[in-house]
Amino acid sequence: MAETPDSQRENEAVRAARAGMNTAEVKAWFVREVLPLEAALMQYLHHNLASGSDAADLRQDVYVRVCEVARKQPPDPVRPFVFTIARNLLIDRMRREQVVPIDAVSDLEALNIAIDMPGPERAVVARDELRRLQIALDRLSPRCREVVVLARIEGLTGRAIAARLGISEPAVSQQLDNGMRALAEVLYGEPSDLRRGN
Amino acid sequence: MSHADENLSASAAGQIEAQAAAWLRRRQGEWNDARQTEFDAWLAQTSAHQVAFWRLEAAWERGSRLEALRNTPMPSRAEPQRPGWLRFTKMAAAVIAVAAIGATAYLATRTGDAVYATALGERKVVTLGDGSRIELNTDTSLRIAANATERKVILERGEAFFQIVHDGTHPFTVIARGHRITDLGTKFTVREGRDSLQVTLVEGSAEIAPAAAADRDHSIVLKPGEVAVATAASIAVLKKPAAELNDEMAWRRGMLIFDRTTLADAAAEFNRYNDTKLVIADRSIAKQTIGGKFSTADVSGFVEIMQQLMGLRVERRGRDFVISH
Repeated sequence: MAETPDSQRENEAVRAARAGMNTAEVKAWFVREVLPLEAALMQYLHHNLASGSDAADLRQDVYVRVCEVARKQPPDPVRPFVFTIARNLLIDRMRREQVVPIDAVSDLEALNIAIDMPGPERAVVARDELRRLQIALDRLSPRCREVVVLARIEGLTGRAIAARLGISEPAVSQQLDNGMRALAEVLYGEPSDLRRGN
Repeated sequence: MSHADENLSASAAGQIEAQAAAWLRRRQGEWNDARQTEFDAWLAQTSAHQVAFWRLEAAWERGSRLEALRNTPMPSRAEPQRPGWLRFTKMAAAVIAVAAIGATAYLATRTGDAVYATALGERKVVTLGDGSRIELNTDTSLRIAANATERKVILERGEAFFQIVHDGTHPFTVIARGHRITDLGTKFTVREGRDSLQVTLVEGSAEIAPAAAADRDHSIVLKPGEVAVATAASIAVLKKPAAELNDEMAWRRGMLIFDRTTLADAAAEFNRYNDTKLVIADRSIAKQTIGGKFSTADVSGFVEIMQQLMGLRVERRGRDFVISH
């Protein structure tokens, strides 16, 4: 037990070294705090942009900026911070393109409502999560869903899936890549009916 | 309405997302040091790559809840069986229905790999054909590679206790967070932290080294009572008193034991096991310490102590508890 003070000091040293937000912490924070806001963020971006793919680009810019700031100083509360960055990037883009929709200003003011809204409930009971996953899977095309289920739930390799479904391995890869992207789009990007229904 | 996979964005962000998806897919398959290096370089290239990958990975991880809900008696053979109910003709809905009822504890891939996973708050014991035991703690996923010449486990997430029957000709290795732990006849735990890997040696000895082949020189052999904390950049070794080690192993009995533990650390521990999260709202109280023994699921018992014995304010926010002055 004579070594207790030493090991305590060492423990503290290890903890102190972890105090800043490193990449792993930023990642955990981003998944926990920022991704659940995506549905609201996308609604806001879609409302203020002409095309959907612009929204995907801007969403990426928002996330990049949010994580860069968080690395230095984790913002608290998160929601107003994310939406303020979104607003600033929107304004930048409008200036750059010199296209200012007539209702842009009022929309930006309406944003304050979005900022003040309480965040979605983060904790989801396992059964609701299952239902949500099922809804997400249902949104995939039949072939894509087959591939995702075999990969995600049954844990089959691309080769095994190709053999089972009688399609080529590159085709499986393509379906799987699309499925992964679509799952993220539905799970994070779309407002959840479950949430609204409860 | 069109299917969600048929109108994906082809914008600049969409192209990055497609690359991220390709990496996520490759990581499910055969993976090696060269690929890891290539992947790390891609991630490091720009923050846009990172956020795109994190987002897809997080969505994909949520799908693992489907696996984790399968609870049945533990398998006792190293070779996993293909669950008979998984007929590919009956797709998603049927699979989910069965998964929800709970049909099997493990999954197999065509290559013979077995994946074991636990849900939040769940524990599971896996006994291998050679008599070795692996105990999975909460929210953990690991893959056992079926391979005739070596015994290899990949810890994908979480924490596990390994009690390994030593076999000099078939070394037992655990791969976790870029490191390789090689058993030299031993009992140890491996825990993935937020930014580091922690390997605690209970009995015997084990070697820890970066998984990249070029880094073999940096290996460290652990002695009983030693804890290696490994990050991408370094491996530090601490010595911990037996009592503290015992407390840290309490999860194997479904317990959390705190001894002069800060509220911040105690709350983080509870949060590993429960959907209901504890949020310490004031920095000033985060450093207050607490002692005691709790069931991992007993969040309300812990909250009561903070409320009544420590005089802290507890507020419910949704499912969470927010603790303040």
